[in-house]
Amino acid sequence: MSDINKQLDEIIKNNKVVLFMKGTPDMPQCGFSMAVANVLKHLEVEFTGINVLDDEEIRNGIKEYSNWPTIPQLYVKEEFVGGCDIIREMFEKKELQKLFQEKEIKYKN
Amino acid sequence: MPIKQQEIEVLLKEGFPDADIEIQDLAGDDNHFSAKIVSSQFKGKNRVQQHQMVYKALKGKMGGELHALALTTEEK
Repeated sequence: MSDINKQLDEIIKNNKVVLFMKGTPDMPQCGFSMAVANVLKHLEVEFTGINVLDDEEIRNGIKEYSNWPTIPQLYVKEEFVGGCDIIREMFEKKELQKLFQEKEIKYKN
Repeated sequence: MPIKQQEIEVLLKEGFPDADIEIQDLAGDDNHFSAKIVSSQFKGKNRVQQHQMVYKALKGKMGGELHALALTTEEK
């Protein structure tokens, strides 16, 4: 396994909720990344933000790792949940809240 | 290098011959589109898999020439 995949594995294994994004949760630098970060903040979910703009290898590596061509990417308990469209749709349909419940992730309705 | 709406339509039609496809140009800059695709090929697939099928049909243009595609997929 390549180094970058090992590194990504580590990040995803060691963080219950991790968002690969452009910018940081408090200073997002892309509308789509901000939208997902805002959904997580709204639900008061604790999450780790990985700023892909800081590391080109992570930025490209994560796309291959998940076979998903864009950023942001949300992982919950090592499972790839989706990008902006899917997270927004799941939030509106309360599926995201259900996922957090199933995965025993604290959130506020 | 942006992408023409027509080119997206052709790629999606090729990938999903039976689908109902609606594409909207969101910003008029050939870079931001929305697409709704209803196809029987999505049967039994979860949303991530459905979107991955669409990205595959777009032959690597997603995230490159095509910066933003607000995507909605539905089973037929």
